[in-house]
Amino acid sequence: MDIGILNIVTYLPLLGAAVILFFFRDPKKIRYSATFFAAVDFVWSLALWWNFDPKASGEAMFQYRWTREWISTLGVRYDFGVDGIAVLLIVLTTFMGLIAIWSSFTAIEHRQKEYYVLLLLLQTGMIGTFCSLDFFLFYVFWEVMLVPMYFLIGIWGGSRKLYAAIKFFLYTLTGSVLMLLSILALYFFNDDGIPFLHIAGLHRGYTFSILQFHQIGHLIPPSLQFWIFLGFFFGFAIKVPMFPFHTWLPDAHTEAPTAGSIILAAVLLKMGTYGFVRIALPVLPDATRQLIVPIVVLAIIGIIYGALVTLVQKDMKKLIAYSSVSHLGFVMLGMFALNPMGLKGSVIQMINHGISTGALFLLVGMIYERRHSRLISDYGGLAKQMPMYATLFLIAALSSMGLPALNGFIGEFTILVGAANRNIWWAVFAAVGIVLGAAYLLWLYQRVFWGPLDNPANKNLKDLNRRELVLLVSLVGCMVWIGIYPKPIFDMLDQPVDYIMQKVDPAYYHQSAVAAPAPVRPATPAAGSKTLEAAK
Amino acid sequence: MLPEIVLTIGASLLLIAPVLGWRQREGAAKWAMLSLLAVTFATVSICSFAVTGIAQSRTFASMFALDPFAIFFKLLFIAAVAMVTLLSDDFLRESRYSSWEYYSLLAFALTGMMFMASGIHLASIYIGLELMSLSSYILAGFFKNEEKSTEAAMKYFVLGAVSSAILLYGISLIYGVTGSLNLLAIASSMSKIVSNDALMFGIMLLGAGLCFKIAAVPFHVWTPDVYEGAPTPITAFLSTASKGAAVAIFARIFYLALHDFHLDWSNVLATIAALSMILGNLAAITQDNVKRMLAYSSIGHAGYVLLGILSMNAMGLRGVLLYTLVYVFANLGIWATVLMLRRHEYAGERIDDFEGLSRRAPFWAFAMVIFLLSLGGIPPTAGFIGKYFLFAAAVQAGFGWLAIVAVLMSAVSMFFYLRIVVAMYMKEGSEAEVAITAPLKWVAAVSLAITLFVGIAPAPLVNQVTRSSNWVAARAAILPNAGR
Repeated sequence: MDIGILNIVTYLPLLGAAVILFFFRDPKKIRYSATFFAAVDFVWSLALWWNFDPKASGEAMFQYRWTREWISTLGVRYDFGVDGIAVLLIVLTTFMGLIAIWSSFTAIEHRQKEYYVLLLLLQTGMIGTFCSLDFFLFYVFWEVMLVPMYFLIGIWGGSRKLYAAIKFFLYTLTGSVLMLLSILALYFFNDDGIPFLHIAGLHRGYTFSILQFHQIGHLIPPSLQFWIFLGFFFGFAIKVPMFPFHTWLPDAHTEAPTAGSIILAAVLLKMGTYGFVRIALPVLPDATRQLIVPIVVLAIIGIIYGALVTLVQKDMKKLIAYSSVSHLGFVMLGMFALNPMGLKGSVIQMINHGISTGALFLLVGMIYERRHSRLISDYGGLAKQMPMYATLFLIAALSSMGLPALNGFIGEFTILVGAANRNIWWAVFAAVGIVLGAAYLLWLYQRVFWGPLDNPANKNLKDLNRRELVLLVSLVGCMVWIGIYPKPIFDMLDQPVDYIMQKVDPAYYHQSAVAAPAPVRPATPAAGSKTLEAAK
Repeated sequence: MLPEIVLTIGASLLLIAPVLGWRQREGAAKWAMLSLLAVTFATVSICSFAVTGIAQSRTFASMFALDPFAIFFKLLFIAAVAMVTLLSDDFLRESRYSSWEYYSLLAFALTGMMFMASGIHLASIYIGLELMSLSSYILAGFFKNEEKSTEAAMKYFVLGAVSSAILLYGISLIYGVTGSLNLLAIASSMSKIVSNDALMFGIMLLGAGLCFKIAAVPFHVWTPDVYEGAPTPITAFLSTASKGAAVAIFARIFYLALHDFHLDWSNVLATIAALSMILGNLAAITQDNVKRMLAYSSIGHAGYVLLGILSMNAMGLRGVLLYTLVYVFANLGIWATVLMLRRHEYAGERIDDFEGLSRRAPFWAFAMVIFLLSLGGIPPTAGFIGKYFLFAAAVQAGFGWLAIVAVLMSAVSMFFYLRIVVAMYMKEGSEAEVAITAPLKWVAAVSLAITLFVGIAPAPLVNQVTRSSNWVAARAAILPNAGR
């Protein structure tokens, strides 16, 4: 029987969790077997990438399809399949999952078994979400992620862990149940829309298939699309998190254990942006185009407000957490520029943010393990004491602020080009965010690593050990690789981005073929800048 | 009617067994009860084979029907009562009261519930309901010397009697207008009526009486006190099987008899559902006593079930059946865990008592998490599947606003369910012993298996529920006014 490589990648961590749960008692064995399963999973996901054909277009772009009947009465199918975007995010997930597990070796000292079991469980949930091509299945995996993360924050978190965990859970749950309503509305529209389905020559009756909705989405009346979009928007925007819904993020990030923060930043936040790319944009094109301006305004507010709040943080971990709000603002901005450049930049930035911010959280976690303090004022002059640590921190910070030749630059630059294509003012505001980003990271670096080493508690700090060095060097390696040779990633994105653009704005390619220099929708940019001025 | 006959005879035997010299052999009572339930279960199954292919087989002057809908609920009730029997075992052993009487009352209550499931005539439904209620009143006050238990029984009895009277008055008004008590006859004479105030009033009173039985706002005030005061196994019985029976007749009456006036009553019911969900879930947040908290949450769950009834479509009825089953097993599992914590009469009732349970009994703490997630409707547990059907039915019927209230309230409900999780996993608790006895383990394990299985592979149950509800749902769809 054909098991399906996607099933292997998805359920291997679950298998690992079960094995650890039932067979191991010794903490050392638990740690090594968790790492083993995460590593094998990573290798499988690389095989996924290796065998993937980035040239396939249209629906054939979704590869490794594996579908079975699940609840036939409802039309629910177990439908797995990935396109270029999903493959990249899965590889990111398995890679960061491995890093997260490996980084917890010394950080977690009590209840280790539960800890590693939950991390592996979380990984299954995340990969499953990326693989799902059925709304029902997508929702199930989406919720499966919630519970392990709640426990990770609640059990192994910092001093305000209970508050942070509940806040995280309730915020996300509220968003996702509203998303569920939108899914239901789509589902029943499909029922009413039997004639449409006949025209499209599609399966008649109830279906949850995301791909089928890609095809019939534009037939949904725009007024209904608006409400459905709103439900999805809440679900995804809370997860991203976009500006007014971001308040759970600093709490969750700050209180979570290091590995939790890494996973949260690297993958969980991408769930929201991935949801927009996979569902909101292609299924609801009219609503998407209608809502470009408000969403871009929120994204730009997020970029600038996030950066300003980041500047004044006293706690390193909180500082990096707030910087995520700003970075995810970039991702949303690029996406809602609604042109191929912006979308590509947006996806690349998702991956970059995962690597860079993950690395920064890891670095903060390492120093926290040594000193049990995250306050910037407790440090100073660490560059003398911990030269390797300082160097790697600098590279990660530079990557996060978008220095050329590192990964951050590629993403931010592409997003800016995309945004400028649509409206030059969007790019201008976003550029302000980049400047602020450089400011808060460099200032952080300056306060922590330069100046006199005057705190006596810091005089005995040890530099990185071998395990930590391997972890960080592999992350830095990725940063340099994407910064210098991003072509393999861009190649993966050509077809998916093309596909999404065809769905969300079929007029775009038509107009660029005519070589009309005028903006796609003349009304939009003007309205955009006006709203922006008003928003200021 | 064979199963009911068997059960009635068995229940009477249980009652006279002590007189026949079995008084000292308290331990045998449980086994007698369980074997009685097993025999009943078997006869129901045999009867269900006998009526395969027949939409509905009626006896007793068309008062009693055996159809897939009835069989589904009967099997569910028997299973639930069997689990309640297991839950009661330790509780009774420590008390001085006769377990023979206790089990006999439970068996009589079950008989009433089985009549309710089969009733297609308002008289037989009412008789079944009263048989169940009267037995429950006594059971709620079974610990005669406990002040709380007696108080609960008294409140339950007085309010229950009033609600029965209201129900009866509603039935009489409906009879006066339509000239029949048979649900199908009512439906056909209603289809000729355009509007009639007495009938409207009758439907309203009938609905009020039923809402009392399922504990929907504003007829819910008895619930927290009775749940808190009654012996815990009886609370488990009231909140699962007894409530399920009320839901069964609620659905049957409204789908079969009253669907023609759907547009008139659905908005009233929608208001009741919204209030139940909001009040039940918000009030549960502030409770420190687990029994009270679950009482309020069960008010909220009554609101969810009403979604399925008021939406009046096939999806809704399937949702009612599914949700009842899911809710019954998740709740029984929770009660089993609560009983594990019982050290004295009333321990295991405060949320604090759960502190550190993950250390003391890791597996059962995990099971408890699954039950709570199921009640909260988080996949991949059974609760999600049940809620999915109910929400979907509401969306399909055009009650979008109600669906929004429902999903938001289920997010709120996670807040207080998580309080128990927090206590179990994130607080260091006392190292006190837990009383994990074999019967409790069985109940929790079976509930856990069902909750997880239905959550991960819902297809078999969904198909079963579809078969079970088809006939009733189809009757409701015949008339043009019904549904939307």
